[in-house]
Amino acid sequence: MSTIPITPDAADEPWVLPDRGTVGMACLIIAESAIFVIFVVAYIFYMGQSLGGPTPRQVLELPIFTTICLLSSSFTLHWAVAALRKSRVGGFTAWLALTVTLGAIFLIGTGMEWYHLIYIDHLTIQTNLFGTTFYSLVGLHATHVIVGLLMLIAALIFALTGHVNEKHAHRMDVLSLYWHFVDAVWVVVFTVVYVLGR
Amino acid sequence: MADSVTSLSAVETIDVTPAEKPRQLFLEVVYDWITTVDHKKIGLMYIAYSLIFLVVGGIEAIIMRIQLAVPHNTFVSPEVFNRMFTLHGTTMVFFVGMPILFGFGNYLVPLMIGARDMAFPRLNAFSFWISALGGILLYYSFVGGVGLYGAGSAPDVGWFAYAPLTAKVFSPGHSTDYWTISILLSGIGSIGTALNIVATVLCMRCPGMKLNRMPLLSWLYLVTSSMVFIAISPLTAAQIMLLLDRYVGSHFFDTQAGGSAVLWMHFFWIFGHPEVYILVLPAFAFANEIIPVFSRKAVFGYPAMVAASVGIGFISMSVWAHHMFAVGMGAGANVFFVFSTMIISVPTGIKIFNWLATIWGGKIRFASPMLFSVGFLFQFLIAGLTGIMLSVAPFDWQLTGSYFVVAHFHYVLVGAILFMIFAAFYYWYPKVTGRMMSERLGKWHFWLMVIGFHMTFDFMHIPGLLGMPRRIYTYEPGRGWEIWNLLVSVGALIQAIATLIFIYNLVHSYYKGEKAGNDPWDAWTLEWSTASPPPAYNFATTPVVHSRRPLWDIKHPEDPDWNYE
Amino acid sequence: MAGMFIHSSSYLAQSSTSIFSPAGTPSRWIFTLSMFVLSITGLIFLVVAGLLTYALIRYRHRNLLTYNEPTQIYGSNQIELAWTVIPALIVVMLFLTSSRVILATQDAKKPADAVDVVVVGHQFWWEYRYPKLGIVTANELHVPVSDPAHPTPTYLEMSSADLDHSFWVPRLAGKMDLIPNRVNTMWIDPDTAGLYLGQCAQYCGVQHAKMLLRVYADTPKEFAAWVAQQQKPAVEDPAVAEGREVFLHNACVNCHTITGTMANGRFGPDLTHLASRDTIASGAVVNNAANLKQWIDNPDSFKPGALMPPMHLNDHDLNAITAYLTTLH
Repeated sequence: MSTIPITPDAADEPWVLPDRGTVGMACLIIAESAIFVIFVVAYIFYMGQSLGGPTPRQVLELPIFTTICLLSSSFTLHWAVAALRKSRVGGFTAWLALTVTLGAIFLIGTGMEWYHLIYIDHLTIQTNLFGTTFYSLVGLHATHVIVGLLMLIAALIFALTGHVNEKHAHRMDVLSLYWHFVDAVWVVVFTVVYVLGR
Repeated sequence: MADSVTSLSAVETIDVTPAEKPRQLFLEVVYDWITTVDHKKIGLMYIAYSLIFLVVGGIEAIIMRIQLAVPHNTFVSPEVFNRMFTLHGTTMVFFVGMPILFGFGNYLVPLMIGARDMAFPRLNAFSFWISALGGILLYYSFVGGVGLYGAGSAPDVGWFAYAPLTAKVFSPGHSTDYWTISILLSGIGSIGTALNIVATVLCMRCPGMKLNRMPLLSWLYLVTSSMVFIAISPLTAAQIMLLLDRYVGSHFFDTQAGGSAVLWMHFFWIFGHPEVYILVLPAFAFANEIIPVFSRKAVFGYPAMVAASVGIGFISMSVWAHHMFAVGMGAGANVFFVFSTMIISVPTGIKIFNWLATIWGGKIRFASPMLFSVGFLFQFLIAGLTGIMLSVAPFDWQLTGSYFVVAHFHYVLVGAILFMIFAAFYYWYPKVTGRMMSERLGKWHFWLMVIGFHMTFDFMHIPGLLGMPRRIYTYEPGRGWEIWNLLVSVGALIQAIATLIFIYNLVHSYYKGEKAGNDPWDAWTLEWSTASPPPAYNFATTPVVHSRRPLWDIKHPEDPDWNYE
Repeated sequence: MAGMFIHSSSYLAQSSTSIFSPAGTPSRWIFTLSMFVLSITGLIFLVVAGLLTYALIRYRHRNLLTYNEPTQIYGSNQIELAWTVIPALIVVMLFLTSSRVILATQDAKKPADAVDVVVVGHQFWWEYRYPKLGIVTANELHVPVSDPAHPTPTYLEMSSADLDHSFWVPRLAGKMDLIPNRVNTMWIDPDTAGLYLGQCAQYCGVQHAKMLLRVYADTPKEFAAWVAQQQKPAVEDPAVAEGREVFLHNACVNCHTITGTMANGRFGPDLTHLASRDTIASGAVVNNAANLKQWIDNPDSFKPGALMPPMHLNDHDLNAITAYLTTLH
């Protein structure tokens, strides 16, 4: 059974509501931030509490290069979306490819750092509280980078196969929010682990 | 402007669907439900799922109460008893409480804000199915949890799973992992649904429904869902840490490596306390809709109700360590948490007083929804008062970890939340099914619940005051605990009977209930303007509203609400 | 609800573990505070529930034949302000009284004559060490009665060897958790000689329910006698020399200590003065030869899931060891 309940009536002012993609992504970012906060709290709580094993000062070096790559990738992604809004799909594809490259460099750099820490410095997640909190926090962040990168690669493939046009600019914008969030988390992780923690 | 709204009465309808729907094959029906993204069907699946687990959790409670009816009883072994209280708590919180409240939210929120569906229908379906998987996984543990020494089977670490009891060394086998992973899955589902509710409420309201014209139910679901993001995530994080400890050798809660058992407690209760407010806020939501309709008065103090709800949401994030008063925190920390916990009683009290003022001067009809709402009001008042007792840290040093606390939180969970859930069932069942539930059975259900509930949970306070701790599979005679435990157990059986009557009523009324029509209660919010059950698209044309009670405006064109808002 | 408590508090006070029959300063402070809190919450209940009951009766819809909606009232700033401010004031009052007791209890100055006990929680028994007196015992805590004129409280420094436990003797004080890798402190000062009961209040595994507490408040003379006896090394009764040999050649020594012998295991309770205790298995059963023999043979028969394994001794060895242990006063 269906019914026609109430006569629609012209509203006095235009009825404008927030965009659900942006709101949804904002909610996701808030939830993920809460998870990161807990891992950061654990990191700070256990600073200096390890009973033995390597300390941050002994084994950590500032990851300047990879940080610059990751943070720049936010800018390149922003320019990619701006290009798409102006229907410049070629420009969009180029900036997006650069973003993916920079993100990949970050991950490779992290992988190299971990290789060194595990095999040369003998620091694993089992070694001590520092190892536990370091690998879990940086690893959680790296996992988020991987997920973001996969989504950006998917978008890149769509762009390269000619399926993207200016109508998709808003969705890319919402996706870019996630990437900016990942970068913002890195700023926090970098500060806590490599600056305050050493 | 006013004229065009009143030109079509809410009760005038034009039927435009064909007279007969083609009959569907059973498999077609099953396929339809499994693949649906319709918020109403998903809501009903959540509710059906939680009713099944309500019965399961209830059986676990009955088993415990039989074991505790007399001292030194041998009805079940200590191992089985410990699994029972773990599963009872875990099931009731994660696989009854959360799903049933999300189920009602899923069904009602779009209807009440004049939307056609939730913001993200496919995410909605995904959230339901992953939560459902969590529950199944938890119970699969009985079969799959076997590990060393036959240890394993279902989890037995308590629903808050304190470290280091959950470390591999103290909980070998996989039982603890079933606990962890099933709740992780349920948490993902909860975050998905909460995200959906927030996006729906913010982005899909019908024209004219500004935030301060939304039904209070939508406000409360907005606040609840926002809390989910900040509350569930700490638990997710802590459980990831626990899994890492158990399988990868990390040391988050490994006290032998310098780790802290108290850290788990902090993380758990940073989740756990907002969680109980997440469970109770929807009960407030139902009360805000039902009490005005059955008192025939608008809710008293809408802006204060909104402010109080938001306030409760915020303050509840700052009270968690009142679960840890006996853990040895410094006096400063204890004092802070006493204060924050006591402060939350102010907005909570405001809500109770506003409900009282809504009833005051009204014309009260005591149909089943209102009976359960009245039970809620008295019982929530008492629960709040025992909560204030517990917020007094020195008093809590005696009472925490005892049956007094168990009585207090069951007073909230059963006396307040479950009673309001029953009220919500009686109230919205006609909308969902097109038929009324039996009032006669409803009254039997209500009175048996009241008798059973009070018999169990009033008397349960006393063993706590007499020194009986919780989570013990048996107790020593001669401490004065015996008679109270026996009475508590008898009350549990009475509540079980009441619940069975309710379930029978649900099923029987579906086939034999009196036809309801669109608006059997003469209510005022948008869901009552469409058919019972609503068509798949909810509203043929998007409604436009001009006040908090759109149907009141239509029924009382001489005195519409917008003159007073 | 509060009225029911107050009325029945004399009944409640008769129980040996009631929080309403305090026998020491911390529990007495809590009792006074709780009476104050109960009266306030009781008053609130009477007022609010009274108004609610009145409203429900007075405003019933009586004449169902006529139907006009009642006057719609949407709010009232003055009333809403009143019921915000008054509860806030009550909260402030409760907060201040609670804080006073918190600070008094947690920051109490330790008198010079205090007795120090180190408490270590285990699955499923209590270890007690008196560092200044050189005593190690288990499951039955002896403390001196404290005279208010000349206080001799007992300060407990508490930790755990495995996982979380909680020390709760309601008539003496609120509970305090025992947490591994952490030291918590509390104090008790029983004012009357006698036995005070309690049990572990933090779920710690299968036999949490049987991790019982027995605190003996001794008169000064009794306490001195007890201390003197506990300070002695283990009794060496030649009549049970065989039993002693059997004990020392069995796995018992891996878990238990008997001072003066080579048995120095720390996993299980110290047995040096086992026969001086009224109970075994952490208060679960009376300490007599028959129970002791059954316990050694199969601990699961009293406490299924206890961490002491069944020793699978033959009858002869079992009797010999039991006879030996019953001489350890």
